[in-house]
Amino acid sequence: MYDVARIREDFPILGRRLSGDLPLVYLDSANTSQKPRQVIDAIDDHYRQHNANVARAMHQLGAEASAAFELGRDKVAAFIGAPNRDEVVFTKNASEALNLVARVLGETPVGGQARVGAGDEVVITEMEHHSNIVPWQQLTQRTGATLRWFGVTDEGRLDLDDIDTLITERTKIVSVTWVSNMLGTINPLDVIITKAHSVGALVVVDASQAVPQIPVDVAALGADFVAFTGHKLVGPTGIGVLWGRYDLLASLPPFLGGGEMIETVTMERSTYAPPPARFEAGTPPIAESVGIGAAVDYLSSIGMAHIAAHEQAITAYALGALQEIDGLTVVGPKEAVDRGGAVSFTLEGVHPHDVSQLLDSRGVAVRAGHHCAKPAHLRFGVQSTTRASFYLYTTEQEIDALVEALHHTKKYFGA
Amino acid sequence: MNVTPSNMDMLYQEIILDHYKHPHGAGLRDPFEAEVHHVNPTCGDEITLRVHLDGETVTDVSYAAQGCSISQASVSVLNDLVTGKSVTDGMAVLDSFTQLMQGKGQVEPDEDVLEDGIAFAGVAQFPARVKCALLGWMAWKDAVSQALVTTHPPTTGDPA
Repeated sequence: MYDVARIREDFPILGRRLSGDLPLVYLDSANTSQKPRQVIDAIDDHYRQHNANVARAMHQLGAEASAAFELGRDKVAAFIGAPNRDEVVFTKNASEALNLVARVLGETPVGGQARVGAGDEVVITEMEHHSNIVPWQQLTQRTGATLRWFGVTDEGRLDLDDIDTLITERTKIVSVTWVSNMLGTINPLDVIITKAHSVGALVVVDASQAVPQIPVDVAALGADFVAFTGHKLVGPTGIGVLWGRYDLLASLPPFLGGGEMIETVTMERSTYAPPPARFEAGTPPIAESVGIGAAVDYLSSIGMAHIAAHEQAITAYALGALQEIDGLTVVGPKEAVDRGGAVSFTLEGVHPHDVSQLLDSRGVAVRAGHHCAKPAHLRFGVQSTTRASFYLYTTEQEIDALVEALHHTKKYFGA
Repeated sequence: MNVTPSNMDMLYQEIILDHYKHPHGAGLRDPFEAEVHHVNPTCGDEITLRVHLDGETVTDVSYAAQGCSISQASVSVLNDLVTGKSVTDGMAVLDSFTQLMQGKGQVEPDEDVLEDGIAFAGVAQFPARVKCALLGWMAWKDAVSQALVTTHPPTTGDPA
């Protein structure tokens, strides 16, 4: 039995009162999730008891901090089913993870050849977050390659009809989101990965919205790179993850240069450490690794299958309740099938900014704007939307509060 | 009445809602000397704004805007306040409005200068909305400086 009330007790912030002594109704978890005390305490304990720099301090605290940092990597690797812990590269967020891949795939390793060059093609989709669009625009502009993309159907699904003309012998990389942060759509990665691999292309998956809410096994998935972030999965900000197949990572040149990413340095040249250190220049996010480790422990203790089922149920409930409101239009799949827990919508006659301001006045926190997915908004002819997003601690009562606040908003603006 | 995040009537004054529902001078018109397009990158609000000058006088400010009530009402008030004024007087109103918006609620608005614009005093206490209120005004400032270059081309110093 999934006990949402019991889970909520782990999240101190969910007990907060807002202006007007209103209880917080936090429906912005796709933006960032709240943190359980288990994560807060682990970070607190690290700073209080074990803080030191890693891999270079030869004292006791240095050894403890190094072990704690690497333990975070072990935990993340196990959580996503990585065959090898050294396939987990820590970055500062998912954007940096995607930028890392896009950057190094365009560079020529010593004695090797760049993965992407003039005449090659990179394929993305119209429903990507800007962080899975801009780095590929930069890569193709830098290398003379061409950027192409899948369209989106009226229902908010990927339009796979032209998969055979989009993914061809010229395709070197296909980068696609697993779960859309705006539409909520869960994409059929198996079809795309199979097709991409059949033409020899590499597959990058933006799993920022997937890893927090569905069980993930990167080995079973079959992609070549998977990017996600700590703060959306009840972990801290400041740490992202790039998982990559070890042989691929080992064949790629470094990203940033600096401390810890080298093997040896002379004034003329350097040689580079093997993955993951090759891609982790400078002091890494140490306490954040402790935090993300505690976060995946926490999620595992509840069970990702249970969390996914809760997410599915609460999304179905929200889709039903929201669509009963006159003038409200859900942008994205309207049923909770192959769908994550983010629901974007428009409310006739009221701009999303004003919607979110009115909801905030009732203690209901949502996001309004383009959600870093301007092309996806353009596809649906809207400039912005209001997005409510749910997580393991979201209750039906909170959805009811959202619906009530939306009725109030309509009345306030005479819509 | 205190301005708090739960007190919406201080933010959404009647005047603001009136301007939002019935914007003054909306639409793009000819003639014009400069047209600009401004966006608020955080939320995607957009405005295309044209300025028509007759010598030193702002004879028309026309616009097409997509955005929230605050940004829409603000450009409607702008149209009221600067049309018919000299560029210098219009810029003085702009300064006054900008000061009010950036004053974190500590600036007492001058009704003689800002007229309906004083209704935006509450917005200054909602940091996320200040940019909404300023979108049209920044576009106007940009358009006027461009129009001045067109209508008063800088002398090159080249002897004829």
